[in-house]
Amino acid sequence: MADLLQLPALRAGRPYESLDVVELRDHRDPDGAPIAAVSQLGAGMIRRDMKRAEERAALLRGIPIRELLERCTAAARIFLEDSISTGLDGSSQSPEDYVTSLSQTSGLPHTLCRANMQKVATVMREMPTILRGLMRGMDPEVLDGGVGKHDGVPVWYTPTTNSLGAVLPSNSPGVHSLWVPSIALKVPVVLKPGREEPWTPMRVAQAMIAAGIPAEAFSLYPTDHEGAATVLDACGRALLFGDARTTGKYAGDASIEIHGPGRSKVLLGADQAENWRDHLDVLVASVADNGGRSCINASAIFVPAHAAEIAEALAERLASIVPLNHDDENARLAAFANPAFAESMDAAIEAGLTAGGARDVTVAKRGGGERLRKHGGATYLLPTVIHCDALTHALANTEYMFPFTSVVEVPEADMLDAIGPSLVVTAITKNESLLAALKRSADIHRLNLGPIPTSRVEWDQPHEGNLFEFLYARRALQERTDW
Amino acid sequence: MTSQAEAREALDAHVREIVRWHTSPDTGTPVWIDWAGSAEGKAAGEIGGFDDLIEGFGNFDGERLRNEPHERWIPRAFAGRPFTIFETGGTTGMPKQRIGWEDYKRDYEDFSDTLDDSAFPRGGYWLMVGPTGPRRLRLAIEHLANHRGSSCYFVDLDPRWVKKLIRTGQQDQAKAYMDHVTEQALIILKNRKVDALFTTPRLLETLGEEISLADAGVKGVFCGGTEMSPQTVRFLIEEVLEERVAFLPTYGNTLMGLAAHKPLTKEDGYAITYYAPQPRAVLRVTDPNDASKLVDYGEWGRVELTTLTQEFFLPRFLERDEAVRCEPIERWPWDGVGQVRPFGASEEKIVEGVY
Repeated sequence: MADLLQLPALRAGRPYESLDVVELRDHRDPDGAPIAAVSQLGAGMIRRDMKRAEERAALLRGIPIRELLERCTAAARIFLEDSISTGLDGSSQSPEDYVTSLSQTSGLPHTLCRANMQKVATVMREMPTILRGLMRGMDPEVLDGGVGKHDGVPVWYTPTTNSLGAVLPSNSPGVHSLWVPSIALKVPVVLKPGREEPWTPMRVAQAMIAAGIPAEAFSLYPTDHEGAATVLDACGRALLFGDARTTGKYAGDASIEIHGPGRSKVLLGADQAENWRDHLDVLVASVADNGGRSCINASAIFVPAHAAEIAEALAERLASIVPLNHDDENARLAAFANPAFAESMDAAIEAGLTAGGARDVTVAKRGGGERLRKHGGATYLLPTVIHCDALTHALANTEYMFPFTSVVEVPEADMLDAIGPSLVVTAITKNESLLAALKRSADIHRLNLGPIPTSRVEWDQPHEGNLFEFLYARRALQERTDW
Repeated sequence: MTSQAEAREALDAHVREIVRWHTSPDTGTPVWIDWAGSAEGKAAGEIGGFDDLIEGFGNFDGERLRNEPHERWIPRAFAGRPFTIFETGGTTGMPKQRIGWEDYKRDYEDFSDTLDDSAFPRGGYWLMVGPTGPRRLRLAIEHLANHRGSSCYFVDLDPRWVKKLIRTGQQDQAKAYMDHVTEQALIILKNRKVDALFTTPRLLETLGEEISLADAGVKGVFCGGTEMSPQTVRFLIEEVLEERVAFLPTYGNTLMGLAAHKPLTKEDGYAITYYAPQPRAVLRVTDPNDASKLVDYGEWGRVELTTLTQEFFLPRFLERDEAVRCEPIERWPWDGVGQVRPFGASEEKIVEGVY
C-alpha cells in the first residue's frame, strides 16, 4: 500500500504539517483507505500569521508588473505540465496524479478535471489580457507605483487591502480562476479550500512559487468554520462562496464579495420562438457543460412559447449523457462525492414534482428508471429537464449541482421582471427594446447577447464583480512638475 | 514509588472510609444516609472497595445538584459551619451546585507540590484571566498563589454571557467582549510584573497575538477550562509561548478538583493525558453504551468521575466529556484519561456541504 499522502497547509508559503488532519477518501470507496491527509489549522494560528500580512504584500509589490506577468505565464506551463512539490521534502505530484486525486475526491471525471485544468492555466497564461479587461485597458504598470495615466487622464490607485481572503467551494476547480488574478494585482492570497478540493489551490500556488513568485504570497489554510470566519475577518477583502445559509450574515459587508448560487438563465425572445430548434446546441451546452456543476450553468430557460416541445427536445439530447467510468474519454457527468447530497437533491425534486404543476420530461427519454444512479461505486444524478407550468413553481428557479434545468413559458413582456438575480443571462433575441431593457438590468452580472452558452467565459470580462476594483480604489491626484 | 497494587489498596481503603463516613449517622450526609437505608443501599451491602462502589451505585443523577437543598449535602460532621457554594458550567439556567469547606484548598495544595518552582516562582505574582464569579476555580487559583507565597490579579470572564452571545448569533458582540477581557489583561501585563498566568487556551492565543508573554516576563502558564487538542497544545507551546514559557495544561472542574498531567512531549505528539488526584477522585473511561464497563486501553469512551472526600461524595458521575483510556504511569499508577474533548465531538465532524 502506498504511503498516505500528506498535504501540508501553506503558511505564507511555508509548508506546515498539523497534528490535526482531515483524511480524504475516494468517493467510490468511502470505507477504504484514505488517499490523503490534509493538515488542518485553527483560527488562532491564522490570526497570528495575519499579523504579518503587510510585509508579505510588500514583497509582491516589489516585483515589477511586467516581470510578474511573465512569471504567471511560466506558472501556467508548470501547472499543466510539470511535476510539482506538494510542499514536503521529496514530495512530487505529476499532472496525472493531480487529475487522479482531484477526480477521486471531487467526483469529476478525468475529462472535466482536465478541462478545468486548462481553464485555470488559461487564466495564468492570459493574465495580460485579463488585467486589461479588469483595468479597462489601463497600462498595468500603474500597479507598480499606483500612479499613471489612463487615456491621458492622470490616475492614482491605492490597494484596499494587503491580502485577499477566499473561502472556496469544492464543486468545480474552475472556481480557482477567480482568485488567481489577485497575485498579478500584487495582493497575496489567503485561501480556505473546500474540504474535498485542496488539490487545485495547492497546485496553482506551487506552480506560481516554482515560477518565481514569492512563496509568501500564498497562504492555504484548510480549517473549520471558525477558521473560515477568521479568514474573512482578517483579510481586508475576501471572496465567499456558499449558499444563502452560509453567506447571509455577510450580506451588505462591502469588504466581502459573495458568490452564491448563480441562477443563470437562457431567455428566448418572441422573435426567435419559432427558431428554437436552431438554438438547441446552446441550451444543451448551457445546462450540461462541466457536468452542470458551475454557477454559470443555466438552471432555467424562459421561452415565450413551445415550452413543452423545447423541454422535450432538450431532454432528448441530455438523456444521452449517462454515467461513465471516471477515466472514460467521453465522460460528461460528474459523480457526487457525498451521496447524501445527491439523495437530498433527488428528494427535493421529487417533492417538487409531487406538488403538481411540473413534469420531469427526461424520465421517458431515458426509458424510465430512477434519476439517482450508481455506477462503478459512485453516485450520480442523471440530467433532468423539468417543464414547469408557472414561474412560481418551486423547481422553476432552483440550482442544483448537476445538469438540471427548468423550462418555463414566460410572456416576453414579463421576462425582465422574472429573471431576478442571475450570474449569467443569455438573451437569444433581436428585439431591440428587450435588449435595451436587459442592458439596464441590475440583476445580471454577465449578459450574453445572442446564442452564446451561459457556460462560455471570455477572460477579458470581469466575473461577478471586478477584482481590480475590489482590490484597488481610485483617488484624486494633482501634481506640479514646474517647480 | 507506589505500585499499581499499592495504589489500588490505598483507593479501596479510602473508598471504605469515605462511604462509611457519608452513610454513618454520626458523620454522614443526609442524601447518603437515606441511600444506605433504601432498597438500592441495602442491596449494595457493605462497600469494601472501589469495585463494590461501581457495582453498588448507579450513575449519579447530576440533576440532584440542581434540585436538592444544600442542607441535604452537609455531612453532619460539618453541621453549623458556613460553607462555600460553587457552581459548574457555562450554561444558563439553574446551575449545578456543590458545597464545600476546605476541599479546594487541599486539592490545590497537593497540586502545588507538582509545580516546578522555576516556572511558577514562589513569591512571584499571578494573573488569572478567566471565569471567576461563582466558580471554585477563582478561589482555588488565589489559594494556590497564596500557598506559594504569591498574590494574584484577576480579570473576569463570564462564560455564560459568551455562550449566550454565540448561541444567538451575536458573534461580533462575543468578539467585542473577548477583546474587552484581553484588553484588561494586557493592561495588567504591561504595567505590573506577572510571573505566572492562569487562563483558557483561547484567551492565551489572543493575549499572544498582542504581546510576547515571554518578553513580558511570564515564566509559566497554567491553562484550562476547555478542551485542548494536541495541535492546539503544540501551537500554544511552539508559537504563542515561543518555547520560552512553561505550559501546564489542566483538566478539572468544580465536582472533581483538578488532575495532574503527564509531561508533554513532542514525541508523544503533544497529546495530553490527565491523571485524577486519586484517591480523592477517580476517573474512568467507560463504554458509552454501558457505563459499567471500561473501554480497552487506547479506545475512546465517556469520562466517569467519582469524588471521594469527607466533604463531598459523588459516585460515578458521567461527565460531558469523552477521552482515550490510557495506561498507568510510574508517577501515577492508575488509569489516565487522554485527549479529552466534549462527548460526541467525533460525530459532529460531518461534511460541511457543497461549499
